[in-house]
Amino acid sequence: MRLLTHNMLSCNIKGVSNGFPLRLEAEKWVEKEVELNADFLRGIFPKIEWKALAGAARAIGYDALPDEADASMLDSDDFLSHFHHALLELHVEEGTLVCPETGRRFPINKGIPNMLLHEDEV
Amino acid sequence: MVSSKSLHKTAQIRLLSRHPEVYEPCDDSFALVDALLADRANLLQHKPRLCMEVGCGSGYVITSLALMLGEENSGVHYFATDINPHAVEVTRATLEAHGVHAEIISTDIASGLHKRLAGMIDVVVVNPPYVPTPEEEVGCEGITASWAGGENGRKVIDRILPVVDELLSGKGWFYMVTLTANNPSQICRLMREKGYASRIIVQRSTEEESLHVIKFWREDIAEIEGARAVASGSESWLSQFPLKSFWRGSTGSSC
Ligand SMILES: C[S@@+](CC[C@H](N)C(=O)[O-])C[C@H]1O[C@@H](n2cnc3c(N)ncnc32)[C@H](O)[C@@H]1O
Repeated sequence: MRLLTHNMLSCNIKGVSNGFPLRLEAEKWVEKEVELNADFLRGIFPKIEWKALAGAARAIGYDALPDEADASMLDSDDFLSHFHHALLELHVEEGTLVCPETGRRFPINKGIPNMLLHEDEV
Repeated sequence: MVSSKSLHKTAQIRLLSRHPEVYEPCDDSFALVDALLADRANLLQHKPRLCMEVGCGSGYVITSLALMLGEENSGVHYFATDINPHAVEVTRATLEAHGVHAEIISTDIASGLHKRLAGMIDVVVVNPPYVPTPEEEVGCEGITASWAGGENGRKVIDRILPVVDELLSGKGWFYMVTLTANNPSQICRLMREKGYASRIIVQRSTEEESLHVIKFWREDIAEIEGARAVASGSESWLSQFPLKSFWRGSTGSSC
């Protein structure tokens, strides 16, 4: 699971209003290099919740992201490469996503988050 | 791996992962991939950023899409979901065997993703469970969920449509497999009410069933698309398929 996906996931339990971001508890993660595409990064930037990304990156030991970011920073190559690395190159293999409101734990196994709900949660 | 990537535009059967509880690619899967291949030139021109498959099963379709459209270097990223926990594992292995990547999420349709991804997905592909079955079979565990569609096979389809509408970006395209028993013309009408135009891209008839792959896109963009498609002559492939007006009120290629 890339941090891009973490940034797009929220708790889906019925009645939960504050289900984002899910707290990331990572046990195992890997880095996989991919080509940097600046157009993609610039296009997706406005949709990214920066604090959630920076927080998740920090949870897996990557602290090169600033606490806050705005679009003007996209002109910096350094910023782009850090953003790229955090968003697309870090993959959480094993761990848990925790709902900030209910504490419900969603497991991540072999890189796949399991958001399936129990009957009483739908 | 690199050579297989550049040589093949669809997933290879011999590289597919399998599991007894996971749907193996069948006529419907091939029809969907053929539809995407037929529309590939348009898709490449369309420059999607995020693509998603709902109900990825073996991973055959999402792997093929990634091979067709390219990945990071072309700025396209993929999501795949399935409700069957075995399916997501098989999809992961199939993607890996082809050297491509999609973000996989084990979930019901796009639950957990649809809020933050609303309006962001440029291409959605779905080969849904469409077989008419007793209601109680819908959403059963394992392989039953891959076909069981409830009354008229519409139970899951009718839950997927509003989610897709929410996910699709303004320029979003949606490709879905349907069966005649699903009443595709009524599906098209439903989508029209939400502002979508539609067109049959592939039609296949076997002894038991008649399959259609329908493409949906937002109406306002439809006119521009139509004009461009005609201008570039890219509609000519349509003639390869026996496009009869096989449902009421349907003339030519739109429904
Ligand atoms: C007809 S199979 C298609 C599999 C694969 N995409 C293909 O074309 O070969 C339908 C798939 O949808 C999945 N599915 C059924 N209901 C679902 C739901 N509510 N949410 C997500 N996936 C679902 C099934 O588990 C199955 O893998």
